[in-house]
Amino acid sequence: MPRPGFVLDVDRSTPPTLFWHGEGYRLEQLPPDRSRVVYPPESLPGVKDPDAAIRHALLNPLGDSAPLPSLLRPGMRLTICFDDVSLPLPPMKQPDIRQRVIEAVLDMAAAAGVDDVVLVAALALHRRMTDAELRHALGDRVFDAFAPHGLLTQHDAEDPDNLLFIGETDQGEEVEINRRAAESDLIVYVNINLVAMDGGHKSVATGLASYRSLRHHHNVRTMRHSRSFMDQHRSELHSSNWRMGKLLRDSGVKVFQIETTVNNNTFPEQFDFLAKREWEWTGKDRALFLASSKSLALTPPRVARSIMHGMRAPYDLTSVQAGEVEAVHKVTTENVYRQHLVPVSGQTDVLTMGLPYISPYNVNSVMNPVLVMCLGLGYFFNLYRGRPLVREGGVLIMSHPTPWEFNPVHHPSYIDFFDEVLADTTDPVEIEKRYEERYATDPWYIHLYRTSNAYHGVHPFYMWYWGAHALQHLGGVIVVGGDPRAVRRLGFKAASTLRDALEMASDVVGTREPTITHLHTPPLLMADVS
Amino acid sequence: MSRRPLLRGASLLRAPTWPTSVPRPPVERTTGVDYETAWARRYGVRLARALVLDGLTRPVLRAVASPTVDGLDRLEGVRGPVVFAANHASHVDTPLLLASLPDRFRHRAAVGAGADYFFDRRWKGAVWAFLINAIPIERLRPSPRSMRLASSLLDDGWSLVIFPEGGRSPDGWGQEHHPGPAYLSVKSGAPVVPVHIEGTSRILGKGARRLRPGSTTVTFGAPLRAEAGEDARAFAVRIEAAIAALADEQATDWWTARRRAAAGSTPPLTGPDAVAWRRAWARPSRRRQVGHTRWPNL
Repeated sequence: MPRPGFVLDVDRSTPPTLFWHGEGYRLEQLPPDRSRVVYPPESLPGVKDPDAAIRHALLNPLGDSAPLPSLLRPGMRLTICFDDVSLPLPPMKQPDIRQRVIEAVLDMAAAAGVDDVVLVAALALHRRMTDAELRHALGDRVFDAFAPHGLLTQHDAEDPDNLLFIGETDQGEEVEINRRAAESDLIVYVNINLVAMDGGHKSVATGLASYRSLRHHHNVRTMRHSRSFMDQHRSELHSSNWRMGKLLRDSGVKVFQIETTVNNNTFPEQFDFLAKREWEWTGKDRALFLASSKSLALTPPRVARSIMHGMRAPYDLTSVQAGEVEAVHKVTTENVYRQHLVPVSGQTDVLTMGLPYISPYNVNSVMNPVLVMCLGLGYFFNLYRGRPLVREGGVLIMSHPTPWEFNPVHHPSYIDFFDEVLADTTDPVEIEKRYEERYATDPWYIHLYRTSNAYHGVHPFYMWYWGAHALQHLGGVIVVGGDPRAVRRLGFKAASTLRDALEMASDVVGTREPTITHLHTPPLLMADVS
Repeated sequence: MSRRPLLRGASLLRAPTWPTSVPRPPVERTTGVDYETAWARRYGVRLARALVLDGLTRPVLRAVASPTVDGLDRLEGVRGPVVFAANHASHVDTPLLLASLPDRFRHRAAVGAGADYFFDRRWKGAVWAFLINAIPIERLRPSPRSMRLASSLLDDGWSLVIFPEGGRSPDGWGQEHHPGPAYLSVKSGAPVVPVHIEGTSRILGKGARRLRPGSTTVTFGAPLRAEAGEDARAFAVRIEAAIAALADEQATDWWTARRRAAAGSTPPLTGPDAVAWRRAWARPSRRRQVGHTRWPNL
């Protein structure tokens, strides 16, 4: 029986706590009697027969949807959309869930005599996936069957011929999505719901949308009104997507939603200790920690990055549900919470976190400083329901090397954003007002997004907005072990050690002995803060 | 004058004749289906076989047959004993299939081999029992002894490799399937994994005198079990259809094969019902090439 999440009050007998630090990790001693560590729940058991579970979900849909086979008929247009390379993290070992689900859907389509089938990677404004990444996600069989015939496509949010304007919501939000999907008789959307934010109406309304449509919810106002964007009932990001989803449904776009959840089995067996509580480390765990952390520290960063990005998560499928979007997402969210939710009592002055080597936007790539900000202040800070783990005016301390380094193929506009925009201001409102449109419509960034493997020109802005709520909430951000120049450019403070960072934080929060919460993640958790 | 033998005791060099008045004891057969193979599954022999398979057979096969193995993901989660049922066109099939199996099956698999061909001499039986863990199967008529041995191995956790065609194809096309794997699966409850092997007939087809190195593909299908009320003969038909669908998947692509399987129009393994030259003409001559984009892509 897996144990639920746990909040440890640090005392003098508590062993040092694991902090991720980019491509490596360290042990840090947290001050006793005023620190606590939030540990994620242990991994839930996976379903015994994933293929049978998927088939059962397709045949027994939720909500008012009919079983998938009865929605399929000869002569129809079927579009199967799936989450891109940003999910799951780290990429899971094969067979990927998308492969399993899409093969099951295609089996039913073949039995029904459906010929016109197109697969679409729902990129939104993310970079195009490489052939190897598509092959990993979909498996050889699907890739070899569809890619050579041009039937495996990637959504292009800048292709005017392949976008269809659907209309406006009652709040004036324009909805424009992939034309092939919109004009299909049925869209089957295959999700991997790694965190509570994923899925629901956001799948189609964001994954298949254009910039014209996305800008209505990917903005500073929405993010500041999402408390947090991981809690869909208090997230303006989700409210906007839900309005768009309902407009799509009312316009006749038929979506058969498939959502899947995975457990917390994030690391291969030899890295099991990363998910364990430190006082339960065996001699083997300690030896592995010592050997891996020391050798990673001695390894050139490029090699260490390639080692870590080669890691494949042995995730197990914990649930799969299919059918009508909202009914499906309700059950999915419960299943995500079942794995992630940890009750936590009250807020502290300081929140500490170790940031790992990967975020949704640097799979097989460099975690540049903008993405460091997004992972810390965007994703990890928002892993709460109720209230943030840190009080208003508190300090966030993150541990990451934050190198001044960018992948010019994947993140070309990030380089200019970092050099030009952040050198001018770090205020999200100012940035949005003065710079966003120019970057979003820059023809060179659009060209790279459409033909290379580059994120859209506006993407770094969204990363910055992702942290807008945290920036507004916090009194200061300190990066431990980061490149001081890069950290200062982000508008944060750099510290050499955690002890220095805590001393700096005490100046901001106004007490010599601030209370501290450490977020012990990954594996992922979501704090239910009362 | 009486004749004296040239050498006293020379008659002892020959076997003595049996007196007709004394009944002969029954002859204990030790070849064919009666060849005893239990020794080949003892730990020491298994270890030696594993060394030969991993240290010699696999590297040689990589050089000679350049195998591509597809569909191993379909065996994810399959742990217990399994009956692998494959098409058969060459002596290369058996080592190739064994070498392609995941570790958990490779060193705990026995191969059903024709008792009349591989076990007609004791030394031959010993060689094959050692090299591939062969067990004698009577292929000309049903043999309770063969079936008992195969069933007991499945019960003991051994997987079986069986070629339901009963022998190598004379022309590269498939032959009629026997229901042996289906019968064993129904009897023991072990699933049948259909396997399609492509390319071995060009490397060492029936009647060939030398190896011609080439490329091969081994495709594993999803495990099959007999459905409620399905007898071995009906199940055998389904197994044959599954292997045919895998062959179609190799010749075309997975999606095309699935659609044809659903429509009941999968090309049969046995090839066209036509004269020999047309059958030879219709045989796929080389592996399809998909998914490899030439660069630059002009």
